[in-house]
Amino acid sequence: MSSVTETPGTGLPMSRINPKAIVRWTILFIGGVLMVTPLLYMFSTSLKTPGQIYDLRLIPSAPTLANYMEVLREGDFMRWFINSSIVAVVVTASNLFFDSLVGYTLAKFKFRGRRFVFIAILSTLMIPTEMLVIPWYLMSAQFGWLDTYWGIMFPGMTTAFGTFLMKQFFETVPDDFLEAARIDGMNEFTIWWKIAMPLVTPALSALAIFTFLGNWTAFFWPLIVTTSKELYTLPIGLTSFAVEQAIRWEMIMTGAALATIPTLVIFLVLQRFIVRGVMLAGLKG
Amino acid sequence: MVHPTESDTIPTHPVQPAPRLSMRTRSAIWVWSFLAIPVLFYCVIRFYPTFNAFWLSLTDWDLMSDAEFIGFENYRRMFADPGFWQTFRNTFAYLIYGTPISLLIAFVVAYYLDRVRFAHNFLRALYFMPYITTAAAMAWVWRWFYQPPPTGLINSALGELGFGQIEFLGSTTNALPAIMVTAIWAGLGFQIIIFMAGLRAIPDTYYEAARIDGLGEWTILRKITLPLLKPTTVFLVVFISIAFLRIFDQVYNMTTNDPGGPLGSTKPLVLMIYQTAFSSYDMGYAAAQTVVLFTILLVVSLLQLWILRDRA
Repeated sequence: MSSVTETPGTGLPMSRINPKAIVRWTILFIGGVLMVTPLLYMFSTSLKTPGQIYDLRLIPSAPTLANYMEVLREGDFMRWFINSSIVAVVVTASNLFFDSLVGYTLAKFKFRGRRFVFIAILSTLMIPTEMLVIPWYLMSAQFGWLDTYWGIMFPGMTTAFGTFLMKQFFETVPDDFLEAARIDGMNEFTIWWKIAMPLVTPALSALAIFTFLGNWTAFFWPLIVTTSKELYTLPIGLTSFAVEQAIRWEMIMTGAALATIPTLVIFLVLQRFIVRGVMLAGLKG
Repeated sequence: MVHPTESDTIPTHPVQPAPRLSMRTRSAIWVWSFLAIPVLFYCVIRFYPTFNAFWLSLTDWDLMSDAEFIGFENYRRMFADPGFWQTFRNTFAYLIYGTPISLLIAFVVAYYLDRVRFAHNFLRALYFMPYITTAAAMAWVWRWFYQPPPTGLINSALGELGFGQIEFLGSTTNALPAIMVTAIWAGLGFQIIIFMAGLRAIPDTYYEAARIDGLGEWTILRKITLPLLKPTTVFLVVFISIAFLRIFDQVYNMTTNDPGGPLGSTKPLVLMIYQTAFSSYDMGYAAAQTVVLFTILLVVSLLQLWILRDRA
């Protein structure tokens, strides 16, 4: 172990030799391990037989994938996984398109009513989802959207948060670029799509990650709008599965693990982008 | 899809109308064709439902018969209902204990983590990971932790160490804090990252100047770091407060056998709204409860604006 002397040249020389820094690092490390303990125990228990779950050891004595086989056989997890994927992907694509189209229009065009449209969209941030679900439910019942993909998706197809975020970023795109394209005879849609969009890819990836994760883990509205098992998203399916299993904790932990694995994979692959995205959105939003 | 050749072929056609349409008009046509679908969306999916919710709150409606206008009767009923006041107190209990605890832990971790160079990304990932998990799934893991012995991890561990057992989710006094801990845990990762971003945004020159002046670490923290971090802190206070005021996923999943129980001791406003609307189908009354939630959230947001205006 090369320990604390890694990356010389960065940081204060003091903190490298300082034993206090080592103590601090150790405490932070223990805290970090505590943070992931629920995840570790979830995976550990999902690999245990019913007889072993009272065993407190983190590493199962005889790990088995039998629970996973049984859960995949009994629950509709594959179906819920597909439902969640469809919902999250479609809503994300829609937000990338519409949020940036509107954000761009508000940032780069001067027109009558611009301020009004901007404030009207921004004001919807003040309205909590919980206040809208009853009208949405009634609307869905009337139009036959209950228990459909569209019913799950429609409330999130474009968001004020995303529009505001994209507007902030399009404001940093120099007008000269767009003017030059105009002189070249490009139409406005092409200018947005081909010239402006590629210049804001960091914002687009942040928006994509947020929207995808937000919809993947969404609970309240999908719980209300879906009633048949075939249309459940993963979180709703997991809840119904866990209620059925009652006290079979190894099965419940396996279901929870199946619901969590996709987001963990996304996180491990895109860690840098996700953290940067959170910082971007947190500072701008 | 717009084909690249299209712009070459088009001129023959618009050459005649072009002189008549001024630059301004053409630009306005583009603007409104870009905005048409989203504006329609906002009207139908956001604005109309907002007014609809206010209107419904003044009606008595069970979905079977027609909605009947009853003025402020729903509000009178709500304010006279001890069950409402209990959920009101519960909601604020989540907020009043949850927010400062979250903020303190997040700040302390961010403050020290920011200065760690060795394995920085690894440590950060450990703290951040819970944030991207599904709340419903993690609520079940915590629910299992809280079970009585020999099932529950915490009570079994306490037993091994020779301590007595604690009743968590079955107790009217301990259930709310137990659920709150789960919610705090789930939110920390985000708050730590935001605090770290705020700390990085403070220019190094401030710290250098302070060191030249011979200020100690504690003084630097109090006189420089905390005041300059105020916008971040205010943002997080509001963000966390709103999250606690809207708490639902954890409570719902950790108390499925008696939602909001035992004896309503963990029930927050949103769960009450859910039950009133989708278990009792008392739509008017539920709408009135959402209006109360809206009002509380509005006050919190306005407080943020007011505090930040103070700076400018």
